[in-house]
Amino acid sequence: MINELLKEGALILILASGVRLATPYLFAALGEMIGQRSGVLNLGVDGTMMLSAFTAFYVTFASGSLALGVLVGVLTGGLMGLIMAVVSVTMRAEQGISGIGLHLFGLGMSNLLFRLSLGAISTVEGFRPLSVPILSDLPVIGAVFFRHNVLVYLAFVLVPVAWVVLFRTPLGLKIRAVGENPQAADTLGVSVTGIRYLCVIIGGMMSGLAGTYLSIGLNNMYVDNITNGMGWIAVALVYFGRWHPWGVLAGSLLFSVVNALQIWVQVRGIAIPYEFAVMMPYVLTIVALAFAVRRAQQPAALSKPYERAEA
Amino acid sequence: MATARPGIITSLEMCGIVKRFPGVLANDGVDFDVRAGEVHALLGENGAGKSTLMKILYGLYQPDAGEILLNGRPLNIASPAQAIRLGIGMIHQHFMLIPPLTVAENVIIGLPSSRRIFVDTDRAARRISELADAYGLQVDPRAFVWQLAVGEQQRVEIIKALYRGADLLILDEPTAVLTPQEVDELFATLRQMKQNGHALIFITHKLHEVMAISDRVTVLRDGRVVGRVATQDTDEAALARMMVGRDVIRTWEKPAITPGQVLLSVEDLEAQSDKGTPALKRVSLEVREGEIVGIAGVSGNGQRELAEAITGLRPVTGGRVIIADRDVTNCSPAEVLAAGLSFIPEGRMTMGVIKEFSVWENAILETHAQPPLARGMFLDFKRIADHTRRLIGDYEVKTPSQETPVKNLSGGNIQKLILARELSRAPKVLVAAQPTRGVDVGATEYIHRRLIEQRSQGTATLLISEDLDEIMALSDRIAVMYEGQIMGVVRGDEASPEQLGLLMAGVRS
Ligand SMILES: Nc1ncnc2c1ncn2[C@@H]1O[C@H](COP(=O)(O)OP(=O)(O)OP(=O)(O)O)[C@@H](O)[C@H]1O
Ligand SMILES: [Mg+2]
Repeated sequence: MINELLKEGALILILASGVRLATPYLFAALGEMIGQRSGVLNLGVDGTMMLSAFTAFYVTFASGSLALGVLVGVLTGGLMGLIMAVVSVTMRAEQGISGIGLHLFGLGMSNLLFRLSLGAISTVEGFRPLSVPILSDLPVIGAVFFRHNVLVYLAFVLVPVAWVVLFRTPLGLKIRAVGENPQAADTLGVSVTGIRYLCVIIGGMMSGLAGTYLSIGLNNMYVDNITNGMGWIAVALVYFGRWHPWGVLAGSLLFSVVNALQIWVQVRGIAIPYEFAVMMPYVLTIVALAFAVRRAQQPAALSKPYERAEA
Repeated sequence: MATARPGIITSLEMCGIVKRFPGVLANDGVDFDVRAGEVHALLGENGAGKSTLMKILYGLYQPDAGEILLNGRPLNIASPAQAIRLGIGMIHQHFMLIPPLTVAENVIIGLPSSRRIFVDTDRAARRISELADAYGLQVDPRAFVWQLAVGEQQRVEIIKALYRGADLLILDEPTAVLTPQEVDELFATLRQMKQNGHALIFITHKLHEVMAISDRVTVLRDGRVVGRVATQDTDEAALARMMVGRDVIRTWEKPAITPGQVLLSVEDLEAQSDKGTPALKRVSLEVREGEIVGIAGVSGNGQRELAEAITGLRPVTGGRVIIADRDVTNCSPAEVLAAGLSFIPEGRMTMGVIKEFSVWENAILETHAQPPLARGMFLDFKRIADHTRRLIGDYEVKTPSQETPVKNLSGGNIQKLILARELSRAPKVLVAAQPTRGVDVGATEYIHRRLIEQRSQGTATLLISEDLDEIMALSDRIAVMYEGQIMGVVRGDEASPEQLGLLMAGVRS
């Protein structure tokens, strides 16, 4: 197996597919990271991804327009974010529980709508790869990074964007302040509610993008439970990445490359029991989290509703 | 920075302010005013309503009745953002800083940037340095707040307000955690601000500070104004009387007791600070039955580590701790408590109570698993209620009910609750760290009386305090700590502030 793996072709194939697989994790985990930086833990990522995957797919299927599909997928995610914000920020519900509720809502809703509308597995013509001129001709790197579709590029571009926003803009400063000490932010005239709504809705939209990518960017079809738990992994990746865009990028890549390797092992029919191969990425997550999170510095006000003690 | 402001504040008046919380009338028709160029001190017992009144002025709370006049014109302050726009700044009783951010970042949170969508920390740092120079507020704009000493954090808070162009500055107990030197520096800054025409409101429990810095004093009791005087026409005793409604005892006659056997003994104790540096260097001391030993010293010289090493909260790296003939070195806190120790920690809200828990839950934190409060594996709620009622009554804890979350009690009442819980266990040894920090004169008197009663009953007390008056009033012997060592031990009745001050500065006579 090692010999086969060391052939350049195989490695490039695995890495390129790792980059593709990293895309949904990146979208979802970056979005979740922004929400958590403002102090809101949203466990509804997986359900949001599923619902967006469906709406994006359906609209593309019905209209033939990918752009419209993306738009609707993102809006669906934003709407799910809005629900989360109303429940957890305005109504101050326990965040863990409301997130799980949101997930179950997305899960059930996407199944139901799928049953009612399409009913059977159908396919669409999804996003096509778009080679970046010049860069895609580079040896190895070109094939690994620069022959993907536009959503993949967007996901990777969002990493530095998220970094700049969080660490170089007044908005990012407000977000971090609200996530660390909402009371202090409040006394400085920052609207804790406003910032949290903004972040949770943006987080929802990014989960929406993740789901959209799955159905019309990667698989080009919709099936039940299309996320296969990816949303949960994305939440874990935020912890793994220590609430930092670069950390989230590293985690997403690590996880997806191992996943790609696992798929390759299966496809190759290499003599490892199938169940073990599938387990690999998840075992890796658990191990990595056990080591990474102990030292991590989570936002001090994470999952704590804010109230000005006004009676 | 003073852009788009309606105008300089020359006077501010609050008239007939009323504010209710569930079960409490925090402000009951309060009139208050402050003018440019003066320091107006606001005094009152814990829970009198001082912070509430100031939070209304800063737009954090809306009053149930009453009005606010700025330069004679009535207006409604709906939010802190609006208060800031009007030129009002507030230093809160508990620091409002964000430790993982830098000083400059803390200062500019929520402000628009000169570089539009990007933050401009360089410019902010320059502006901070200017303010620092003008007001004697030295601090490094690029340092992270978690790296700063308490006094420096206080300066950051003031800079935050000045940076926003505050004409009127509210200081809610800014000195509670400062050392005497830091208080002097703060006062120099406040005098400078006063000269520049700022209006200042100053809250404290320390009467000598009121005398030193203020022009006028207003005293609140139970949410009502009970007196207003010019500082020059009053003195500390008169102010104390006004606050509490009776004369306050500030020096104690301790009954003569011959100290008995040694109950707490610390031998060559060594321990490390949080940063891993040596915090205690071979500290030895003894406390006997019926004796109060005071530990004086500027904070950060090992006092906290000493208390934690004794109580089992910090690993001991060398030496021994013996409580009533039992070696409890590196025992768990539960074992140390079982050996007969009670502990009043300096971090009242973090280590003393669980903020979100109710009064009764906090009252039984240590004893809930033992009879009579527990029956088998279950809590006996009736006994617990009786027990709590007795503590509240005996120790004069003011609370709307047993079910009230402790975070809604005033600081002094939380401290009384801790005292009640700890002393009701009839301890052989009591370690009391900063027992009256941020506590009003009435409650301070009460706590002191209780400590002396405990002494009469034979408890060996280790009293750790930065308040020299407190140390000198209560201690039979005083040990002074400096850089993790005991510089010297003097008899309480022979000690002078000068002698202790020298030892605290590390000078051996
Ligand atoms: N958010 C709140 N909810 C309920 N009750 C409150 C709240 N804030 C304050 N109180 C109550 O209102 C009263 C006044 O509290 P306040 O904090 O204004 O007192 P204070 O004079 O500042 O006391 P201290 O000297 O201890 O700081 C107290 O009885 C307190 O328990
Ligand atoms: Mg107060």
